[in-house]
Amino acid sequence: MSEQLTGAQALIRALEHAGVDTVFGIPGGAILPAYDPMLDSTQIRHILVRHEQGAGHAAQGYAAASGKTGVCMATSGPGATNLVTPIADAYMDSVPMVAITGQVAGAAIGTDAFQEADIRGITMPITKHNFLVTDPADIATTIAEAFHIASTGRPGPVLVDVTKDAMQTKGVDFQWPTELALPGYRPVTRPHPKQVREAARLIAAAEKPVLYVGGGVIRAQASAELKELAELLGIPVVTTLMARGALPDTHELHFGMPGMHGSVSAVGALQRSDLLITLGARFDDRVTGKLDSFAPEAKVIHADIDPAEIGKNRAADVPIVGDCKEVITDLIAALRTEIASSGRTPSYDAWRGQLESVRAKYPVAYDEPEDGTLSPQYVIERIGQIAGPDAIYTAGVGQHQMWSAHYLPFEKPRHWLNSGGLGTMGYAVPAAMGAKVARPDKTVWAIDGDGCFQMTNQELVTCALEGIPIKVAVINNQSLGMVRQWQTLFYDKRYSNTDLHSARIPDFAKLAEAMGGVGLRCSDKDSVDATIDKAMSVTDQPVVVDFVVHRDAMVWPMVAAGVSNDEIQIARDMAPKWDGEEL
Amino acid sequence: MSKHTLSILVENKHGVLARVAALISRRGFNIDSLAVGPTEHPEVSRMTIAVSVDEQPLEQITKQLNKLVNVIKIVELEPSQTVQRELLLVKVKADTLTRGQVLETVQLFRAKVVDVAPDAITIEATGNPEKLEAMLRVLEPFGVRELVQSGMVAIGRGSRSISDRTLRPVPVPPPHVQSGPPTVQARPAERASHTNPANHPVPGPPPGRAAAVPNQH
Repeated sequence: MSEQLTGAQALIRALEHAGVDTVFGIPGGAILPAYDPMLDSTQIRHILVRHEQGAGHAAQGYAAASGKTGVCMATSGPGATNLVTPIADAYMDSVPMVAITGQVAGAAIGTDAFQEADIRGITMPITKHNFLVTDPADIATTIAEAFHIASTGRPGPVLVDVTKDAMQTKGVDFQWPTELALPGYRPVTRPHPKQVREAARLIAAAEKPVLYVGGGVIRAQASAELKELAELLGIPVVTTLMARGALPDTHELHFGMPGMHGSVSAVGALQRSDLLITLGARFDDRVTGKLDSFAPEAKVIHADIDPAEIGKNRAADVPIVGDCKEVITDLIAALRTEIASSGRTPSYDAWRGQLESVRAKYPVAYDEPEDGTLSPQYVIERIGQIAGPDAIYTAGVGQHQMWSAHYLPFEKPRHWLNSGGLGTMGYAVPAAMGAKVARPDKTVWAIDGDGCFQMTNQELVTCALEGIPIKVAVINNQSLGMVRQWQTLFYDKRYSNTDLHSARIPDFAKLAEAMGGVGLRCSDKDSVDATIDKAMSVTDQPVVVDFVVHRDAMVWPMVAAGVSNDEIQIARDMAPKWDGEEL
Repeated sequence: MSKHTLSILVENKHGVLARVAALISRRGFNIDSLAVGPTEHPEVSRMTIAVSVDEQPLEQITKQLNKLVNVIKIVELEPSQTVQRELLLVKVKADTLTRGQVLETVQLFRAKVVDVAPDAITIEATGNPEKLEAMLRVLEPFGVRELVQSGMVAIGRGSRSISDRTLRPVPVPPPHVQSGPPTVQARPAERASHTNPANHPVPGPPPGRAAAVPNQH
């Protein structure tokens, strides 16, 4: 069952065995041997990106949109270090990804050889695991292990660094392993029944429970189960930035996104709750605000596939280690048993009623700019309404990301891709490229900022040449908007280095055309729809729309850094009414 | 902050020490002492790490260490149920006047003289950290010229072994990862729910208690 190959052929063959159909990458000296057999592969499509960071984010976008493991490839030294940002991003957001890097020849390692960097050492803190392969006989097994580790348990990035001479070796005995020796890697996915029963008991006894849903529910493909659980007893749901779409926004039990820029109803639901049913979420500081004042009355059920997340930031009364899909399924059964045995169906009508009135009273909303310039929120809202919930949306990081999280229609999982944990500006365009490759049937919109767009827009060239017709909306407020917002609020309007002048330079429409796409520009409200329609009608080329918007629009609601979530403001110096009857 | 001794069984692969040490450091903890060496299984090495840390952060650091793919098992060793040893080599000033007294100290602590020079003696001593400290206190007045000390190694008392079950073969399905939802295949065939650490945060009888072992069986 084995055949004689070169190490490089073994590498490509192993990727084929792992089921890889797409690799995003750029060749270079040390990885060169792998690119030769790549030419012969009929299974693998290699997409030649313009910067390795683009390859990494594209692999992330591919993975997040499809649920499969994304693959990127780069050469040693600078090629590999350019992958560091997307690898760190994938680590923070639990994206299954395998990064393959070439390394200088084994004998040259440690000599400061040309294009040598210890990428295994560099990526140790930001990968789930990484490998250095110097023996060609290890290639197949290592690739098999890499894909297994990346895609199982809590997903994450795995880097495989392969020396050039290992790839050049001839006569490698190729055998795809049937068993993996990973004595230290056995993720627990099946929740403990006793803990699940205890959780059901707490839920039945609670008066103000909230399902605090994180990205783990998306990764575990547990949306259907989540809906069933929420509807079983009518428990209010909030979805974090990473979980948008886990439950449809239009669902009556959905109370919005919690956190620093969360909706009042979602933040209030957590703050006033007596029981957080935490599913695949990690009590991130952007959600909790000042930790010791977060959800002060609440007991905590915390279910996560990663035991290290449980109790990390907030102590859990009922810890459950397991895959969210299995946890929720078991929890539904346990709740049914609990109801049957007690003969009492808990009702949270009063609590839900309170939250509904808060939701009605404090919807996420914005004011049109007084000077007649375009409102960024309006643009994003219209894109969402015209492209609809079937489109996949990616975003960069900053104001446009928060507006996207609030004003786009999220009805399905895996339709919202963004950089949550690491907050990587420049994520949107390459991630959209990866998502479009994974789901060519879908319309893919990158909602980007003018700052973010200037970090990674060169991948539009890749899109144009490879036939990946993504759409990019540059929400151009001529600023690093979120930083500017903080300067407005907390630095006395001293706008240090946040003015990008991007109404003038660059001309985004021309830039798009120069890179082989269609460039459009829009700066008044009346032509927004027509412009979006025009962008939607282009299906064979990437499109970039430069939406020149008001530069002082701010993201609201907002909880300032370091204060309790109770201090949420719905606009500058405007706090919702917390006391009194409604909450 | 209290002192804790962790015994960590790791795969004998290069880079593992760096992974463990770097993880402890980047999560903001200090290592008091560290010793690494082979075990009765050639594929497995054992690290003994002494850290000063509170109970709650200790649990977090243990869980994080357990996430390292090359870490097979972590056990916290309770001092009362454990034999702990350090090795000390110390060069003490000793001339004809003081040599007798130094030798007497060596005998008192059941240490050994391993080298003699006209004006100095090199002493080898093993023992638990307290004993070595006590010996050093006695030797100090003679003048310590040079001192080198190993990290602590520790082993549980009684007949049980923490490495008994570490090398059982692990049936892992071939990773045709692209075909289905990723988490489904993650479940080892014989995964037993009692290993779920969150459910038994303080499990295990002597020789040591398994310190929140997330992905072990």
